[in-house]
Amino acid sequence: MSKVSLKINGETHTLDIPPDMPLLWALRDKLNMTGTKYSCGIGTCGTCTVLVNGTPMRSCVMPAVSMAGMEITTIEGLDPAGAHPIQKAWNEEDVPQCGYCQGGQLLTASALLKRNPNPSDEDIDAAMSGVLCRCGTYTRIRKAIKLASVYSTTEGGSS
Amino acid sequence: MKTRENQATKHQTGMDRRSFLKVSILASGALVVGVGSTGLLPADQLPGKKWIPNLYVRIDVDGKVTIVSKNPEVGQGVKTAFPMVVAECLNVDWQNVTVEQAPLDDRYGRQAVGGSRGTPDGWDDLRIAGTAACYMLTAAAASEWGVSPAECTAEKGSVIHTPSGRSRPYESLLNIAAGLPVPDVSALKLKSRPADFKLLGTFVPGVDNPKTLTGQALYGCDTRLDGMLYAVFEKCDTYGGKVIKANLEQVRSMPGVTHAFVVEGTDNLSGLMPGVAIVAQTWWEAQSARKQLRVDWETGHSDSTAQYDSRAEALGKEAGETLRTDGDVEEALGSASKVIEASYYYPFVSHTNMEPQNCTAVYHKSGKLELWAPSQNPKSGRELVSTTLGIPESNIHVNLTRVGGGFGRRLRNDFMVESAWIARETGRPIQLQWTREDDMKHDFYRPAAWHHFKAGIDSGGRMMAFDHHFITFGKNGQLVSGAGLSPNHYPAGLVPNFRYRRSMIETNVPTGPWRSPGHSAYCWAYQSFFDEVALAAGRDQLEFRLDLLAKSYGKPPLDLKRTGDALRLAAEKAGWADRKTQANHGMGLAFHYDHGGFVSHVAEVVADGSSVKVVKVWSGVDVGPVINLSGAKNQVEGAVVDALSTAQMEITFVNGAAQQSNFSDQPLLRINQAPEIEVHFLQSDNPPSGLGEPPFAAATPAITNAIFAATGTRIRQLPFSRSGISV
Repeated sequence: MSKVSLKINGETHTLDIPPDMPLLWALRDKLNMTGTKYSCGIGTCGTCTVLVNGTPMRSCVMPAVSMAGMEITTIEGLDPAGAHPIQKAWNEEDVPQCGYCQGGQLLTASALLKRNPNPSDEDIDAAMSGVLCRCGTYTRIRKAIKLASVYSTTEGGSS
Repeated sequence: MKTRENQATKHQTGMDRRSFLKVSILASGALVVGVGSTGLLPADQLPGKKWIPNLYVRIDVDGKVTIVSKNPEVGQGVKTAFPMVVAECLNVDWQNVTVEQAPLDDRYGRQAVGGSRGTPDGWDDLRIAGTAACYMLTAAAASEWGVSPAECTAEKGSVIHTPSGRSRPYESLLNIAAGLPVPDVSALKLKSRPADFKLLGTFVPGVDNPKTLTGQALYGCDTRLDGMLYAVFEKCDTYGGKVIKANLEQVRSMPGVTHAFVVEGTDNLSGLMPGVAIVAQTWWEAQSARKQLRVDWETGHSDSTAQYDSRAEALGKEAGETLRTDGDVEEALGSASKVIEASYYYPFVSHTNMEPQNCTAVYHKSGKLELWAPSQNPKSGRELVSTTLGIPESNIHVNLTRVGGGFGRRLRNDFMVESAWIARETGRPIQLQWTREDDMKHDFYRPAAWHHFKAGIDSGGRMMAFDHHFITFGKNGQLVSGAGLSPNHYPAGLVPNFRYRRSMIETNVPTGPWRSPGHSAYCWAYQSFFDEVALAAGRDQLEFRLDLLAKSYGKPPLDLKRTGDALRLAAEKAGWADRKTQANHGMGLAFHYDHGGFVSHVAEVVADGSSVKVVKVWSGVDVGPVINLSGAKNQVEGAVVDALSTAQMEITFVNGAAQQSNFSDQPLLRINQAPEIEVHFLQSDNPPSGLGEPPFAAATPAITNAIFAATGTRIRQLPFSRSGISV
């Protein structure tokens, strides 16, 4: 077992975990933070995406002990009040169907908007193509990112 | 609690059911209106006996309206659509309505997601509940004012006396309403047409969105119980293989592991599979220990895709069993001015729900078992658990969770019985979580099939003869689940000379319903072949289809007008008549009817050699009145993406085992491959039907017909890669 201090959504958590335990399972089974979801376990589907120092990363393949000192943001920490422009746009366009992959979609989209506040369709496709959705909400994801882009650059935005 | 009841036969929808109303006032002062139907209730629960409603609407003293949603939510939107119907009929603000997820409870009747039945099943009771409550509150206000209810209207949670302008909020009328006679159901005027609606037909975001978008616990795998352990379950890659021996001692010595044991399983292959359970403090530790597990298996069969292929080839040369004959096909083909012949094949496919199968269970010392089950059909899951574990159903409580994708996979409840078994064996609360690999290798697959078609056209280009040999899968001479195709499926009844023949290949592979079972696969074969026939006849593909739908021979296999109208709508919106002929560019279309819905699509494709991009899809949909415009469009958009995605997928077998195990070898469609989708609804006055399934089937052939138009490649085998096409 290895001791590690993780900074998640601004709070520090000290954990005693197997050295190879991916961040995903440290979050889910050690901290009971179940917002980050398991789906493929091999880093191909993007469902388990978290932000590490602002960059989308696959938590199912990253050992938690390697994340010490980094700023980790999970879907619970995007904005617990749901007022982030991405969350507002996602609700207004009513993107989710089953909703299971949406945490990974939202965090990936929020990182896109941070570095590119006004993305084109091509930018969106390039940034979002790593996150799979079995329900097929892709057309709404495009619309919601564009709406969030408007919110981010007007008074409706909070980020 | 005071309770009053009434009953009546309802005729509004022509349904032969009797509905009953029950109105109660709770200690909190809340008014509760319940609805039930004899169609869903055993005789001893009829009114006057132990009758309990299957749907509740509650109005609290603060004006908040709550409805209990009895069906699981798998992404089909029922948890939003049902409360909308109540709010519409009760005349309350949508913002004041909340929904509570019901557990599995026999009082609620059918609690399953499947067959797109939620909407048609719920439509009457939801409207009766909302309308009855509104009726009683209006009557209560009228009696308070000493006026006729006919002079009153209800709006936004208040009753208004129109002549005087007086108004009373519902919450001030609850006690009075509860004391009034319960109305006859048949006396209620139910809103039923789009013209009647204010809320229905509008775009309403999902009620679970606030939780989904902030990562709050909703799903089965989010369940956390005190002292809970995590389990994995190793099964034989070959379906039903039995454990001979396993290195359990070594596994038990692995970090975090608390239990490791063999599960013998049952002889019923739809029941509890044999395997090895490993339980640990965290899921990762259970899964890490599993990597050290060594099992000797006794495998019962060695089915392979290669065997199926050669068997299909042999059967294709035989006549098969003739299941329907109209006219004289042989004679008609012999005298046809042209005969068109083609064969189509589609493979086995997996469901690949984003949330891999899981279930949480706790077995109490009292003998009671509690489950948190992401199931589409929890009642049959409870029966399976009861039978397998020998626990009476009355001692099993099943909580329903939001479900990360259904698509038919979760109509089977193997994950429920596995978790129940492991929970009882360990005596601890456990969460069984399958890996993606478990999920893909232990699915109930959509079966493959071969279709051999022959069509004869007359000198006018009309299809006068249709011969169809369908090669599908069976076991012991009986069709396996999901492998059927009705002899009366179109074009039966649309051509004067028709023959349908069937052959079956024996299989030991598990199969089951897969979104729009059957239709999601064979519609592609029919509608692709229709394109071939239309082109061979020198006719426009739309005009050929509309002509096919213009006349029936005997009983029509589907509503010809509604089918044709949906097709015309999609074609008109897509600009089919004025489409340009350009190199590497093409449009295709298809129609279909299933599960009560009439859906046609037109697809537009641009090609670069054998690489194609589906640019846009236009959909024409008739499912009666649309309840939630957002949810309805989402189902259609999602089905189009799903169809394009599934057309890239294939599960193959060697030695009885699936060869694909994760998204790395079974990729889903990605956002950069997804087309723009424009959805149009025909808002007809027909009763509403569901949308989980109908939009899927015609999407695949619309796309492949467009690919033919753009590339000249006729896709007769799925996945696309078998025909040399990539998306």
